[in-house]
Formats: sequence, C-alpha cells, structure tokens
Amino acid sequence: MRMFMKTLRGLPVLALALLLSGCDAVLFSPAGDVARQQRDLIIISVVLMLIIIIPVIVMTFVFAWKYRESNKAAHHEYDPEWNHSTVLELLIWAAPLLIIIALGAVTWTSTHKLDPYRPLERVDNVRSVAPNTKPLVVEVVALDWKWLFFYPEQGIATVNEMAAPVDRPIEFHITASTVMNAFFVPSMAGMIYAMPGMETKLHGVMNKTGNFEGISANYSGAGFSDMRFTLHSVSDADFDAWVAKAKADGGHLARADYIKLEKPSEKEPVHYYGTVDPGLYNAILNQCVAAGQMCMSDMVKHEQHDDHGMAGMAPAGHPHE
Amino acid sequence: MNMPDAEKLIFGRLTLEAIPYHEPILLATFAGVAIIGAVLLGLITKYKLWGYLWREWFTSIDHKKIGIMYMVFGVVMLLRGFADALMMRAQQAMAFNGNPGFLPPHHYDQIFTAHGVIMIFFVAMPLVTGLMNFIMPLQIGARDVAFPFLNNFSFWMTVAGGVLVMASLFVGEFARTGWLAYPPLAGLEASPDVGVDYYIWSLQVAGVGTTLSGINLIATIVKMRAPGMTMMKMPIFTWTSLCTNVLIVAAFPVLTAVLVLLSLDRYVGTNFFTNGMGGNPMMYVNLIWIWGHPEVYILVLPVFGVFSEVVSTFSRKRLFGYASMVYATVVITVLSYLVWLHHFFTMGSGASVNSFFGITTMIISIPTGAKMFNWLFTMYRGRIQFEVPMLWTMGFMFTFVIGGMTGVMLAIPPADFLLHNSLFLVAHFHNVIIGGVIFGLFAGINYWFPKAFGYKLDPFWGKCSFWFWLVGFWFAFMPLYILGFMGVTRRMNHFEDPSLQIWFQIAAFGAVLIALGIGSFLVQLWVSYKRREELRDVTGDPWHGRTLEWSTSSPPPAYNFAFTPIIHEADAWWDMKERNQRRRTEGYLPIHMPKNTSAGIYLAAFAFVVGFAMIWHMFLIAGLAFLGLLVTAIGHTFNYKRDFHIPADEVARTETARTEALAAHV
Repeated sequence: MRMFMKTLRGLPVLALALLLSGCDAVLFSPAGDVARQQRDLIIISVVLMLIIIIPVIVMTFVFAWKYRESNKAAHHEYDPEWNHSTVLELLIWAAPLLIIIALGAVTWTSTHKLDPYRPLERVDNVRSVAPNTKPLVVEVVALDWKWLFFYPEQGIATVNEMAAPVDRPIEFHITASTVMNAFFVPSMAGMIYAMPGMETKLHGVMNKTGNFEGISANYSGAGFSDMRFTLHSVSDADFDAWVAKAKADGGHLARADYIKLEKPSEKEPVHYYGTVDPGLYNAILNQCVAAGQMCMSDMVKHEQHDDHGMAGMAPAGHPHE
Repeated sequence: MNMPDAEKLIFGRLTLEAIPYHEPILLATFAGVAIIGAVLLGLITKYKLWGYLWREWFTSIDHKKIGIMYMVFGVVMLLRGFADALMMRAQQAMAFNGNPGFLPPHHYDQIFTAHGVIMIFFVAMPLVTGLMNFIMPLQIGARDVAFPFLNNFSFWMTVAGGVLVMASLFVGEFARTGWLAYPPLAGLEASPDVGVDYYIWSLQVAGVGTTLSGINLIATIVKMRAPGMTMMKMPIFTWTSLCTNVLIVAAFPVLTAVLVLLSLDRYVGTNFFTNGMGGNPMMYVNLIWIWGHPEVYILVLPVFGVFSEVVSTFSRKRLFGYASMVYATVVITVLSYLVWLHHFFTMGSGASVNSFFGITTMIISIPTGAKMFNWLFTMYRGRIQFEVPMLWTMGFMFTFVIGGMTGVMLAIPPADFLLHNSLFLVAHFHNVIIGGVIFGLFAGINYWFPKAFGYKLDPFWGKCSFWFWLVGFWFAFMPLYILGFMGVTRRMNHFEDPSLQIWFQIAAFGAVLIALGIGSFLVQLWVSYKRREELRDVTGDPWHGRTLEWSTSSPPPAYNFAFTPIIHEADAWWDMKERNQRRRTEGYLPIHMPKNTSAGIYLAAFAFVVGFAMIWHMFLIAGLAFLGLLVTAIGHTFNYKRDFHIPADEVARTETARTEALAAHV
C-alpha cells in the first residue's frame, strides 16, 4: 500500500517531466526562421482562443455545480421559462465573432507572408536577406520509398541525405515519381505535398547548424515509415566539403540508373552522385525519363498545334497557378 | 470452353489463395467470428426465433424497429472498428528500437484504412441515422416516415456495404490507402489488388442506402409534421436532423460520382485521376473532400440536437435561445460546403485561396460557439439532474471545446503546414468525433433507451462507461497532440526515436480504458435487461421530457399516436403537461399503416452480390445479380398489397391497456 501511495505521489512529477519534454518538441524549438514564425502562429492562436475557451470551461463547471438539483440554495433562482435574453444572445454571437475577426486578420497576413512559394525576405527575426542573394536551389523527388535530391548549382545528386549552408535561403522544387508524399523538415519549415507530374515549391532557411530529420508526411505505401532523410545544416566551408565528398564518392546518375533507382525499395542507404545526366529532374517532372516517352510539357505544345488534340490535358503543372 | 476459361468466367480473379489462411491474426479472428456466429445462429434456431426475427424485424418497415436495427448494426461494427484501433495502438506502442511490432505494413496499412472507413461509414453513420429514424417521427407526431419501404431498403443497403467490408477480412484484403483512398496510391498501378475495389463497392452500396434515407427523412420532416408544428416549433433534434439530411442529399452524390470516376480508372482504363494522359489526382482530393467535409457535420449536427434535448430536459428548463440555435444550425449547414480545401492547404494552392478557406473554417466556430453558450445558459438558473445522459453532455462540453480550439489552429494555413497529417491532426479529429459524436450518441442512447424498450438503462454501469470513455479519451489522445508537436506523422508503422515510446504507451493505456468503457456499455445493456422490471418505465415519460416522443407509451405502439397531436408550442409535450391536457381515451378510428415487405432484403442481397462479383471481376455473376436486382425492384412496384388498417378495436385495446397502466402507476 505504501509503495502504491509512493508511486501515486510520483505521478505528478512524472507527468510534469513528460510535459516539459513535450515543450522542447521540435515544433516548439525550430531551427529555421519559417518554422519559428509558424510556431508563433500556433501560440498566438491558442492564446486568442483561450480568451473564450477558459470562460466556457469555467462556466460549464460553475453552472453545473451551482445549479445542481441538490443545491437547495440555488432553487430560488430556478426559472423554467427563462429562455431568451437579447443582450446575452448578442454577446454570445459577438464574442466569438471578435476573436475570429482578429484571428482572420492574422490568418490573411500570415498566409501571404508565409506562402511557401514566396521567396524569403528575411533570414531570421533580425537579419533580412541581402539583395542579390541567390537561394540554394534543391530539386526534390519523392520516390518509392526514398528521397532523391538534385543540386543543379553544384551538379550533384544525393539519396536520403541533404545538406545546406546555415542562414542561406533554400528554394525547393518538389515532385514525386508515382504517388503523393509530403516533403517535411519539421525544424525548418512546414510541409508541402510532393506529387507526380507536378511541381510544388517551398522556401526555407536553417538558422542553426546540426543534423535535422526530414520525413514524408503523407502516407505513400508499404515503405513509407522508413522514408526519412537527414538534413545537415552546416557552415559554408562544411557545405563545400560535403559537395566535394559527393563529387568524389559518387558515380554518375544517368537516366538508366534513375529508372533502376526509381523501383520501390525500403531503407535505402545514403548515397551520392557526383554528376547527373542533364535535364534529368525535368524529365522526371514531365514523366519522360524512359526512352520513347513523350514529355508532358511537349504534349501540351503538341496539342497547341493540333486541332484534334484533347483539350484540358494537364501539363506538368504548378498547382499554384 | 476449357476449364480455366470457365473458371475465370465464373470466379473472375477469385482463387483459393485469396483466403488468408497463412495469417494467424486473421485466422484467429475468423475462428472467433465463426464461433460467435455459430453460437448466435444456434441460439436463434434453438429458441425458434427465425420466424419472429424475419416477420417482426428484418422485413419491418416500422421506423422504430429500423432505427433500433441501425443502432444494433452500428454497435456491432463499433466492436470491429475498435478492435482495429486497439491493434494500431498496440503496434505503435511496441514498434521501437528495431522491433517491427506484430503487424507488418501489409496488414497494418489495411487496419488503419479499415478503422477509418468502418468508424465513419458503418459506426457513426448508422448510429446517427438510427437515432434520427427512431426519434424524429415521434418528435413531429408522425406515424412513420414518408417512405417506409425505402427506409427498410436503405437499412439493408447499409448492412450490405458493411458485410462487404467484413468480407474483405476473410476473402482477399482491404485497401491499404488510408480511409479516403487518394489516387495515385488508390489507382491501378499502385494498388492493383482487390483492396481498393472492396473500398469502392462497400461505400457505393452503403451510399445508396444513406442517400435514400436522407431523401426519406427530409420528406418526412417537411411533409409529415403534426398540425400546428411550424418550422420554428420543431424540436431542435428534428431541426438538426433536417439539416443533416439536407447535407446528406447534397453531399453523398459527390462521393458516389467521385468513386464512379475512380472505378472507371480502375476497371475500364480511363484517366481521370492517373498521373499521365491528362489525369489529375488533385481533382480527386478536391471532390472527395467536397463530400468529406459536410460529412463531418452530417455526423455532428444530430448530436448537437441530442445535447440540446438532453440539456433542457435535465436542467428542467426551456432551451435558451431556440432561434439562435436554429440559425446556428442552418449557418453551419451552409458553411460546411465552403471549407473543404482546409483538408489540403499543403497541396500548393495560392495564399489567397488558402486564406479564404482558412477564414471560412474559422467562421464556422462562431455558430458553434453560440451553440455552446446556448447550452450553458440553458443550465443557468436550471435545476440540473446529473443522470447519465447529462453526464455525457457535460463530458462533451468540456472535451469538445478543446477539439474546437485545435481545429481552429489547423485552420490557419501556415500553422497547418506544421501540423497537417501529424498525430496532432489525428488527435484533433478524434477529439471532435469521440468528444462530440460518440459522447452525443451515448447521451442519446441513454436518454431514449427507455422510450425504445420500456425500461431505463442501469445508471451504475452507465456511469462506469462514461468515466472510462472520458478518462480513456484524454489518456489516448493527449499524447497524440504532444507527439504531433514532436513532428510525428500519422500512419507510421514503426519509429526510430526511442523518446517517443512513452507517449505511445500512454495512448495505448488510454485505448484500454476506452475498451473498458465499451465493455461497461455492453454490461450495462445486459444488466439493464436483467433488472428490467425494476427499471421499468410505465409512464412513457421517465425524465419529465419536453418533446412529443415522451407523450407516447414506452415502447410506443406500432402506430405511435392513436390521435394526431395538435401543437401549440415548441416544447409540445411540456406545454400539454402545463395545460393539463387530458389524454383522449375514446373515439378511436382504424389506423392506416404500411405493410411489412421482404423486398428490401432481397434488393440489398443482390446489391451485395453485384459488389462482391465486381470486386473479383466475376462479370457474369455481377451482370446476373444486377439483373436480379432490377427484376426484384420492378417486381416490387407491382406489389399493391402495401398497406393495411389497424382495426379501431385493436387500437382501443392497446390504448385502454395504457390507460390502466397509467392509472395503476399513479
């Protein structure tokens, strides 16, 4: 019994410890400016809503307790016909309305400011992006069930690992080979879907060095749970060294190699390609890597010249447009 | 014709290999179901109940009996859906540190898909529809629904869909796509097997039932209200039923259409949602959510009605703000069509589109908030009795506001970018569906059970059930909120980070508590049946109710009302009691009633065969079964013996018995 009481007393401590560990959850301690602003929105919205929620919960318990049948003291207040009060009814519609107006304004501005397609204007809350800064372009392909990253500027490609220099804006171009996934580095920025034949975009930046987890956040089949990669956020020098290593270690990624790589596989180990067939990412996006396939982008051009073409064929699309 | 060809013609792609006898979990399940089924069938045979069940229940077109059958079906399917939930919780609690757990992806992915499909389509929908079926005609003073045969047919179509899902356990497999089966994953290339076809056909068959039942209940509410009951004098539950059925009729055809398009992609090689050839999976995602978001309100509106009835009855007070409650319901009904895109902010729409749908979503919280305050002010200056239905309502009010808050958080697109598809999302929608729909259904079941069966449910086991569910819910889903903040996404089969495990273990513990809650409910049913004489309700009005259903005996006679009531006030029965209106005890007339028919069962059986045969590409059988369905349907139109009169002296006998029972009681 004493043991039991002891464990019982230990419970609040355990709960507290767990809650604290919840507080340094990745969404609350982001390493990138975009995720930090998104986290702030979560906090602002909770605070705004608690203005209503807390009184409601308190009133629920107070009313339930005070007007319980066994509380004879409140019986004189009992009024079975009371069912309307214009003032109260105005209030109960107006109070949530005011909160939603505030939240709606926050939503409109933040959704535009944090549009994943919009190039970054600031590196963090004090530094803005220097003019003429070229973002690091990374082309991402979600394969069954691994991630392929192209670095067009550096000419390399990697599987299940990426690196980026700290504080440099990154511009992701994202597509997929067969099914939908979502590209998500929780400590950097929110997710966006990766869809075959279409390209989505995401802008992000890392403000801390370190190794961060990236995942697919949209179920995509049997190997989905192991579809993870590491993002190395590193100094400029370390980034160059990482690129050099990829160039030195990696072979060539030709179209034929891609077709092999694209086949479903699970727990794919990290590997690098020092050089890449030109135009491979675009061929993937337009679903014409294999010889003889017509690219979706050409199909559109073809149609524009062909009166009998099927109207409405989607080009390799940008869902944004 | 040689043998393989004949076999293919008859059996399509169904072979003995489709029976999963190599999977021990499925085999054990099958054995369990077979044994329970055999015992049940044996008992029915032993007590010679077949004829009774067939005549009095299966072929019945009495809305009360159909309502009860819906509820029984929903509860049975709850056990299946919850078994899936327990397996998922167990898998995620153990699959750490290289331990793959006990469910490989092939099996696990079917389980989470089936869990979602079953809980929404075959638990929540039948329970809500059953409640509306049973209560609403009584509340408006009607003797049945507008189309009694259609009602029976709708029920059996829902069952046929459910049986198809269950069949996938033992013949073939279910979809491994998630409960909305997004293509391209649900397309032929990524899912060539029968799983997605089971998904499509079970929903199509059940969807026919749901849509028809929606039409039926709208017609009933619009055309069959007792004289004097204007729209603004309808009970709130009837109002919410009306809005829900409007939503059903407007939304389910979209589901039907999008599933037809997906079937065409899978069966005849069209390219609506494929990657190439001009197909566009984003269209599917849009269409399915144009159905899917109203579906959420289809489930929750009726239980808002339940809470309204329960709060005012147990506070012994008129509902506060009846008009604003009605307007709030209607506003939610309309707005529910303007928010679907919030389910995929992350698909790359522009900032203005995303903000539009984010803000419309938030606007829904205004009428919902108004409802919450209306319930609060109904309690204010009341005399509250904490009977079991009221406990569920209190649990709801406390739990649901948290779910509403997390919902608004998800409605802010940039916040959603972090939280979408995470366990936070999973926690949110369970928070509103369990804390709203399920709590409301249990409130409703405990509230109206005496009306349906003539005795109250045992309060002790009802309280056990309530507390296990409430505490279990918080244990099961608070950890999921936190895991969402830790960036953990949904539908994962195993994990790498060992620090997450404790949360999954807490969640699994919560699931066990909920299992005890379900167990307590079943015990409650059994104990109440054993104690039925003590719990007997002779008056027909055990809670001092306010609406018309409480003016009838418990259970009500087949014809509900010997005389059509005349309505003067919104709380019609309360008003009659206030005015000391005497129950009329003479001058009975014969009552015109619809006659039972077995056509609904046959039609649904044919529909089941069509679905099953299409799934397995047995096109010959599918064609024949469809023909059978058509012939039966047309044949039924020639059945002119659809009605009969309950003779006046039988009505008099029934009513006199009630008069005597009432007199003896007082």
